[in-house]
Amino acid sequence: MDREQLCMLKELMALEFTVLEFHLYLDTHPTDQRALMEYNSFVQQLAVLKRQYQDRYGPLTWQEPSAYPWQWIDQPWPWEICYE
Amino acid sequence: MWIYEKKLQYPAKVGRANVQMAKYLITQYGGPDGELAASMRYLTQRYHMPTPQAKGILTDIGTEELAHLEIIATLVYKLMDRASLEEIKAAGLGAYYADHDRALYFVNGEGVPWTAAYIQSKGDPVADLHEDMAAEEKARATYEWLIDLSDDPDLNDTLKFLREREIVHFQRFGEALQIVQEYLDTKKYF
Ligand SMILES: [Fe+2]
Repeated sequence: MDREQLCMLKELMALEFTVLEFHLYLDTHPTDQRALMEYNSFVQQLAVLKRQYQDRYGPLTWQEPSAYPWQWIDQPWPWEICYE
Repeated sequence: MWIYEKKLQYPAKVGRANVQMAKYLITQYGGPDGELAASMRYLTQRYHMPTPQAKGILTDIGTEELAHLEIIATLVYKLMDRASLEEIKAAGLGAYYADHDRALYFVNGEGVPWTAAYIQSKGDPVADLHEDMAAEEKARATYEWLIDLSDDPDLNDTLKFLREREIVHFQRFGEALQIVQEYLDTKKYF
């Protein structure tokens, strides 16, 4: 995986983690309107970044379109990536 | 249902192959306070939670623990993968090698296989949420001891991330417990 892709992947991981943190918080604070607004804004940013990443590097999850040949099995898998 | 995302939750970094550390770390894969136990515990307890907040948090934390299981697997895989047989024997993993080569298996650091006896599902939401809070503290402590055992800054960065997650999970379970207790109190009076 080249530097550029790894950089974008890490950015995506960080943003998705932010969304998860808000998600867990909202489970036990469902009426915190400010947190909910922030959550919705991060979700939107994540959707944009994920679209960009997948258009460039292929599907991250199922129900995504694929170029030929079937891209889902493209290497590297997450445990094979050198993140250092 | 569940859907796989072809990415890790956090970069699983390893500075160098280290079989000894793999032997210690595998307890977070298949040990009593590890990620498999955490995930299975929460995902099986959620069916008897009385409030939507508790159902939600057990589902979501149970799912996040699967992401942690994958991070631990990646770390063990990287620590073990390029190890020589000499290193494996020196680290006391000769018996593990005989059964599994360098493959991942659900055991604790002493080779004891994972068992459902590590977890409980009591049907009593107050009892279960207390168990979950204790489980998070035990997992946090395990990560602290693992960080003490490791001198690899890359590995420690990943372990510190996982340790912090246990602290957040403890907090969320505490909030869920309070909500459940309030709910049970109102049910008593009306
Ligand atoms: Fe946890």
